[in-house]
Amino acid sequence: MIGEVDPVIVNLTVFVLAIFVGYHVVWNVTPALHTPLMSVTNAISGIILVGAMLAAGPAETDWGVWLGAAAVTLAAINVFGGFLVSQRMLEMFKKKDKKGNA
Amino acid sequence: MSANMVALAYLVASVFFILALKGLSSPESARRGNLFGMIGMAIAVATTLTLTQNWILILSCIAVGGVIGAIVAQRVQMTAMPELVAFMHSLVGLAAVFIAIAAVNNPVSFGLPEVLPAGSKLELFLGTFIGAMTWSGSVIAFLKLSGRMSGTPIVFAGQHALNLILALVMIGFGLWFFFSEVTNWNAFIAMTAIAFVLGFLIIIPIGGADMPVVISMLNSYSGWAAAGIGFSLGNPMLIIAGSLVGSSGAILSYIMCKAMNRPFLSVILGGFGSDGGTAAVDSGVQKTYRSGSADDAAFLMGNADSVIIVPGYGLAVARAQHAVKELAEKLHEKGVNVRFAIHPVAGRMPGHMNVLLAEAEIPYEQVQEMEEINSDFSNTDVVLVLGANDVVNPAANVPGSPIYGMPILDAHKARTVMVVKRSMAVGYAGLDNDLFYMDKTMMIFGDAKKVVENMVKAL
Repeated sequence: MIGEVDPVIVNLTVFVLAIFVGYHVVWNVTPALHTPLMSVTNAISGIILVGAMLAAGPAETDWGVWLGAAAVTLAAINVFGGFLVSQRMLEMFKKKDKKGNA
Repeated sequence: MSANMVALAYLVASVFFILALKGLSSPESARRGNLFGMIGMAIAVATTLTLTQNWILILSCIAVGGVIGAIVAQRVQMTAMPELVAFMHSLVGLAAVFIAIAAVNNPVSFGLPEVLPAGSKLELFLGTFIGAMTWSGSVIAFLKLSGRMSGTPIVFAGQHALNLILALVMIGFGLWFFFSEVTNWNAFIAMTAIAFVLGFLIIIPIGGADMPVVISMLNSYSGWAAAGIGFSLGNPMLIIAGSLVGSSGAILSYIMCKAMNRPFLSVILGGFGSDGGTAAVDSGVQKTYRSGSADDAAFLMGNADSVIIVPGYGLAVARAQHAVKELAEKLHEKGVNVRFAIHPVAGRMPGHMNVLLAEAEIPYEQVQEMEEINSDFSNTDVVLVLGANDVVNPAANVPGSPIYGMPILDAHKARTVMVVKRSMAVGYAGLDNDLFYMDKTMMIFGDAKKVVENMVKAL
């Protein structure tokens, strides 16, 4: 039965369920970390890199491939920039127990 | 790799993305969460690489982008995080547009049929216009946040009508693209161009004070753009990752709107919050306030049992975070219970003030959110307001006031209030603040950094 379903419907199912997961996970994020949340989600939206790689993928190079290559570069800035700046921020939230009053 | 293996690897990557966000529920697990995100991304990229042929081209592009990203991440000032985030949203938007155009040009490379089916066309249309609007909107947000463009709202007559007409024309071109039997480039390009223009027009009327909402909203858009591309390519991982980001941005927008007591729709329609300090409407009654010196303030705080510091963005503008940290340490050594009270819109983006305080090495245990600390103000000896204004304005409790209903920090309930400010100028809301004229309030005029440094010396 599922084989007859339009793939769009399957994708829609994934989409709706993922929104619910996102909703519940994000409400649990502590407000103190909302800025890192934004930079992490920024990096995650760099997942568009996957689409860009497919665009840049074909062996016969036409302008579409170059457009894909440009998109790969843009998305890579996001992925690296997003995760690294999050890491930098989260390092600052380390517990400081130099005074031993923990 | 077989298609099934690819799909399974993508599933694993998606789970890692969910775990990445889950990790942010506490500062202890947050770094592990970020690591999960990186692992997920590495799996996704490595898997996709097996589906492509131009390895050298792709890997060198990733390397170039990676180096740029790493340098930016290393150099950016924490005060400039909103700009960085806006900049990165714009990249996602532009990448989405490029990918959509490449997909229309060569559907086969994405595993789509040579002649695009109607469903794919619709999805490409959605992915493109969300991406294009994300790009141009984020560019404007970036320019406004970095001060390269005035934060004053740009409004003109017929603005909303123009936007509506453009949106309808854009949908018209989208339908033309949708119903054309062969690839209709004219319709596609026209639609994309209008989407770019709409992105600009939608963000220009939104004022500086509403920028935290705008960044959150564009964060959400960038996620939906990724999800849109995921639909076009039939890639569940992109859909999942995009939806996570989309809902995250939407929730942050909601939280910011609630903290400013502004309906989301009115933020989007814009026209609020110019950043030029407009004069307060003078009621004609000369109100008196008491001013004091940093030494007086230091003396009072040194003898108090409990002190709550309310930081606002003015603190970061004056680069006083480190001085404040010293002040807190000095007071702590004297046995004073020092805490920080953070209003959700204390910084320029959600959670911004927490990062700025963490950068100054203020332990996050001392930093508390509005809901956690608000009931404690009434039994606190001294509240020190540094560079904040509207978020401690008791007018929010007075029906009829323009900010009535806005959640505020109850600083006025403390036994003594000290406010460090440059002058009596008003905040974003353009309102006078009765807190400044209370009998128990002492105004300390001057640059926040100098004042706090003087307090540290006096202690």
